[in-house]
Amino acid sequence: MPKTLAEKVYDAHVVRSAEGEPDLLYIDLHLVHEVTSPQAFDGLRAAGRTVRRPDLTMATEDHNVPTLDILAPIADPVSRAQVEALRTNAAEFGIRLAPMGDRDQGIVHVIGPQLGLTQPGMTIVCGDSHTSTHGAFGALAFGIGTSEVEHVLATQTLPQYRPRQMAVTVEGRLPEGVSAKDVILAVIARIGTNGAAGHVIEYRGSAIEALSMEARMTICNMSIEAGARAGLIAPDQTTFDFLRGRPHAPQGADWDAAVEHWRTLRTDEGAAFDTEVVLDAAELTPFVTWGTNPGQGLPIGESVPDPAAMTDENERRAAEQALAYMGLTPGTPLREIEVDTVFLGSCTNGRIEDLRTAAALLRGKRIDASTRMLVVPGSVGVKLQAEAEGLDRVFTEAGAEWRGAGCSMCLGMNPDQLQPGERSASTSNRNFQGRQGKGGRTHLVSPSVAAATALTGKLTAPADLADVAP
Amino acid sequence: MQPFTTHTGTAAPLRRSAVDTDQIIPAEYLKRITRTGFEDGLFVAWRRNEPDFVLNQPQYADASILVAGPDFGTGSSREHAVWALMDGGFRAVISSRFADIFKNNSTKAGLLTVVLPQADVEALWAAVEADPATPVTVDLQERRVTYGDTTVAFEVDEYTRWRLLEGLDDVGLTERHLADVQAYEARRSPWLPKALPALPA
Repeated sequence: MPKTLAEKVYDAHVVRSAEGEPDLLYIDLHLVHEVTSPQAFDGLRAAGRTVRRPDLTMATEDHNVPTLDILAPIADPVSRAQVEALRTNAAEFGIRLAPMGDRDQGIVHVIGPQLGLTQPGMTIVCGDSHTSTHGAFGALAFGIGTSEVEHVLATQTLPQYRPRQMAVTVEGRLPEGVSAKDVILAVIARIGTNGAAGHVIEYRGSAIEALSMEARMTICNMSIEAGARAGLIAPDQTTFDFLRGRPHAPQGADWDAAVEHWRTLRTDEGAAFDTEVVLDAAELTPFVTWGTNPGQGLPIGESVPDPAAMTDENERRAAEQALAYMGLTPGTPLREIEVDTVFLGSCTNGRIEDLRTAAALLRGKRIDASTRMLVVPGSVGVKLQAEAEGLDRVFTEAGAEWRGAGCSMCLGMNPDQLQPGERSASTSNRNFQGRQGKGGRTHLVSPSVAAATALTGKLTAPADLADVAP
Repeated sequence: MQPFTTHTGTAAPLRRSAVDTDQIIPAEYLKRITRTGFEDGLFVAWRRNEPDFVLNQPQYADASILVAGPDFGTGSSREHAVWALMDGGFRAVISSRFADIFKNNSTKAGLLTVVLPQADVEALWAAVEADPATPVTVDLQERRVTYGDTTVAFEVDEYTRWRLLEGLDDVGLTERHLADVQAYEARRSPWLPKALPALPA
């Protein structure tokens, strides 16, 4: 029977299958960070268990990490204790850890691909919902809770139910200034913040095939914002070229054997999807969110919607609550919304290509005098590469702040936070209430919209910039 | 895990859709390394900023069943959201649709998630708003929600039901199949990556 890519990867990892029980799935790589793991390690200790496969486990510090003075002890004692707990656990259970100050440190979803640990056809989990990022390589990658982290540490497996299959097909060419972030925000707006519940999404079509690995990671990263269990893209030459020569990629004859296998990881002709969504790339424009979940977004040329015009009662109530929190009036053109802070970074848009895109727009210009811009590379590796290319100077000469690697302002667990009532344009993944700091108001945007917005102080598409004096 | 068989209590009507786990418990509370004591973070922003928020109303202060709008528990995978609800006295959440990871986490910690059609959720909202003292029974044994003269059946897969009724942990169940895991490991491709030893860039 023809199979989808996700079904092929799933089936290849079934350790045990029995009627009336979930399948037991083998996990090829378990990524660990400080926030969702301490209670799992405590559970192992309490039961006298060990980590079954420390060699398939990799830990780093990202959520709590300050992006200034990174070699000083963390000032917040609660954050510091959490990071120290990870160090103790990694040492006790024999797990490799990339701590603050290490050249492999960074956001867990940036370092996996960077090190070549993320490869096609693998199962990858992490106690973090944005694990779907790794699906860009044709891996089945998904976020899990702390009880499941403990289960994977102890057994290297997870009980799973077979997901439903959704295809998101994007054909055609993306217009200039429209990026992967705009594609995924448009997809989420179409299907809703939990519209892909129970499904794995395969992104496909000529517009997806034309994307770089960084752009594919941006798309797969936000699969969870549509409620999907995972999102993936079939591996191709772009994937293989990205992986070749990375520290943990196969070498020599192993490389050839791996590529031969990876080429089989495609959805078969005639394979059935439960749901299909089709987008025309040529019709997409820069997309921004106006509300408090990632499904509440619109093309930047539109205006803040009027809840009174919404027929579904739940949708209307959600829009009213969102606009009250966001301090927005229906009918206001999105381009007139002024922001205080621009954040460029996160596991969604903190990779080298994202920084290059923004730097190209900022080069030789100054950001708006009343706007603050934080640029936070997703990993130490990204930071070093950006500095080698001189991007750090482009940002600082434009008036932006160049920071150390971490999750930073994507979520309020470290010192980089919005103040109450402050408004941001953010390349991160969530515009939930308080996500970037208590009372903070978030508009999700692409890296190029972030850079253009920093220049004008209002939500701005790169194509609008002709009017800005250099 | 705490077993769940049947529970009777009062219910709080949370008339909001797409309640994300950042609202259930904000990130700053996730810095803790314990598994209990998260009740102070439960819906903390709404409790502090909205005097009319349902859990600020004394008639719902002791509710142990949360009746929420569609798409409850979206966003972050934080199991702390489940722990915070349980630490806050909740034993069950009813909604027309849950986010996958939240629902999965609930079954690991012993919080029952009950899916009912939106029309039944609306009827339950109306009943507990008319009389907040209405006793509501969530019966996993019989797979039904009962209040007043109303009984609504719900579906739950047999395996999850058994685990919850017995309060069983997955790790112990999986350890019965370690021979299968070993056999699988013997067939894995030799070129699959290992994180150890660390290789230089």
